[in-house]
Amino acid sequence: MKNKNVFVRIFRFYYEGFKSMTVGKRLWAIIIIKLFIMFAILKLFFFKDFLNEKFENEDDKADYVIEQLTKPNNIKHD
Amino acid sequence: MIEHLDSALVDWSRAQFALTAMYHWLFVPLTLGITFIIAFMETLYVKTGDPEWKKATKFWMTLFGINFAIGVATGIILEFEFGTNWSNYSWFVGDIFGAPLAIEGIMAFFMESTFIAVMFFGWNKVSKKFHLLSTWLVAIGSNLSALWILVANGWMQFPTGMHFNPETARNEMLNFWDVFLSPVAINKFLHTITSAYVLSAVFVIGVSAWFLLKGREQLLAKRSIIIAGIFGILSSLFLVYTGDGSAYEVAQKQPMKLAAMEGLYEGSEGAGLIVVGMPTPGKEYDDDKDDYVFKFEIPKLLSFLGYGSVDAFVPGVKDLIEGGYEYTDEDGNLQTAISTQEKIEMGKLAIAALSSYKKAKEAGNAEEETVNLKIFRENFKYFGYGFLNDPKSVIPNVPLTFYSFHIMVGLGFYFIALFAAVLILIYRGQLTEKRWLLKLSILTIPLAYIASMSGWIVAEVGRQPWTIQDLLPTVAAVSQIDASAVQITFWLFLAIFTALLIAELKIMIKQIKIGPKEGGH
Repeated sequence: MKNKNVFVRIFRFYYEGFKSMTVGKRLWAIIIIKLFIMFAILKLFFFKDFLNEKFENEDDKADYVIEQLTKPNNIKHD
Repeated sequence: MIEHLDSALVDWSRAQFALTAMYHWLFVPLTLGITFIIAFMETLYVKTGDPEWKKATKFWMTLFGINFAIGVATGIILEFEFGTNWSNYSWFVGDIFGAPLAIEGIMAFFMESTFIAVMFFGWNKVSKKFHLLSTWLVAIGSNLSALWILVANGWMQFPTGMHFNPETARNEMLNFWDVFLSPVAINKFLHTITSAYVLSAVFVIGVSAWFLLKGREQLLAKRSIIIAGIFGILSSLFLVYTGDGSAYEVAQKQPMKLAAMEGLYEGSEGAGLIVVGMPTPGKEYDDDKDDYVFKFEIPKLLSFLGYGSVDAFVPGVKDLIEGGYEYTDEDGNLQTAISTQEKIEMGKLAIAALSSYKKAKEAGNAEEETVNLKIFRENFKYFGYGFLNDPKSVIPNVPLTFYSFHIMVGLGFYFIALFAAVLILIYRGQLTEKRWLLKLSILTIPLAYIASMSGWIVAEVGRQPWTIQDLLPTVAAVSQIDASAVQITFWLFLAIFTALLIAELKIMIKQIKIGPKEGGH
């Protein structure tokens, strides 16, 4: 009998879809490993947001970037 | 160059971004184009009820699935790099990037989690028409997803529709439609997606040619060649049209890139378009060497394509550095071009005024504030030049841009000839006899990727040193981080992406050898 609960139907749709996969299973394994490497390793340890790490509020970030852009070396005329 | 910045940091950051962007692009174009080819096939299946069309649809859908799965989320790395390596840039672009990328993220999420699932899992579970609709929505959605990224890239090539806020050092969007409908963005989007269609058509023809050579899946292969051939040739013709539009926009907005694309150091009236040539190695803009070792050109065509007149003056690298030539501005007024050195001076004035404005603001000196803001606004157009000290810094890598451009164009015309040849021969029923052409079709698959990559090299290397044209050079855009950290992640990415590419090739080749089969994907 057809289940009327929409969430159960959606779950079964995906569950049966994944279950009947052939090459797709290996692809999903690749996707999961790849996302783990990207978010749990690369993002966490290598790609912290530079400004968010250094400053807590937007004003401080703005001041820092302006300071970087207007350092005396940038203004010096040849 | 900015003296306080480590040039190794800039170089490694650029190399890392180029590496990840190019690997990402290895996966994207096939997704953009093959989804339409699949949608055409499924439409024919729904219209005719012929199971052979369903078989073809499912076969190409499996190959699309492999490419999609391996490539999905590789673009996220670029966003990581924006936040870590390019924090000045990310801050400077402000909400110009925020809006398009947010739309892209939401669109990609909904499309990928719903319609792709229906496309792969929905056979026999949803109606034929709803399945077909999902397939079309995946094709349209993935292309719309690309639209937002390319609009953002178009803005970097031609910043418009924004206002720079000196309080926050961020660009704020003034008019969404100016950003979205910028001629550079529109041309970039159309040219890029049609190039992806051509690549996909070449891929489908190449794989189908393999089946014909092996004497397998004749009907599927021939039908696929017809669909891909027609899609490829129509896309190619539109590609020529959008390429012409892109060249026109480059001539107006990024003349240095045009000069590099053509290896043109000395500008001239009635400039010819180089068909084949070799720029003189080691050529400097101010030496007496000829621009080319040899060249074969179509007279006056560059002037016509770039400026709409066969006698128009096309500035070369030297003219753009030294200025002094006359040109017509956007309002139709005749102007004399200023030199790069003058732009550098104006850029330095803008940077100094920004610094003084900030100090005056903090000190509560309203008069100083107004004066400096005025100077800043008057010179902001050349803000990015203020970070450079040598006029030669604005010259991109001319040989790389020149050869990439000519490889892209040459291959583009070769693809048209290939599409025409396979279509004519299949119409005459002679394609299977022409084994050399079938072999050539297979060998053309990597050439389509080379052409696609060459296009991006022209677009991105040709606009160096800018991350945002005239406003922010790479040297001012990078974060003050340790160059060795960027170096480590560069090699890490090289290893990860190469592993993904090998996985894609192995799974794809295995699946092609298995061929179409009944059941799930």
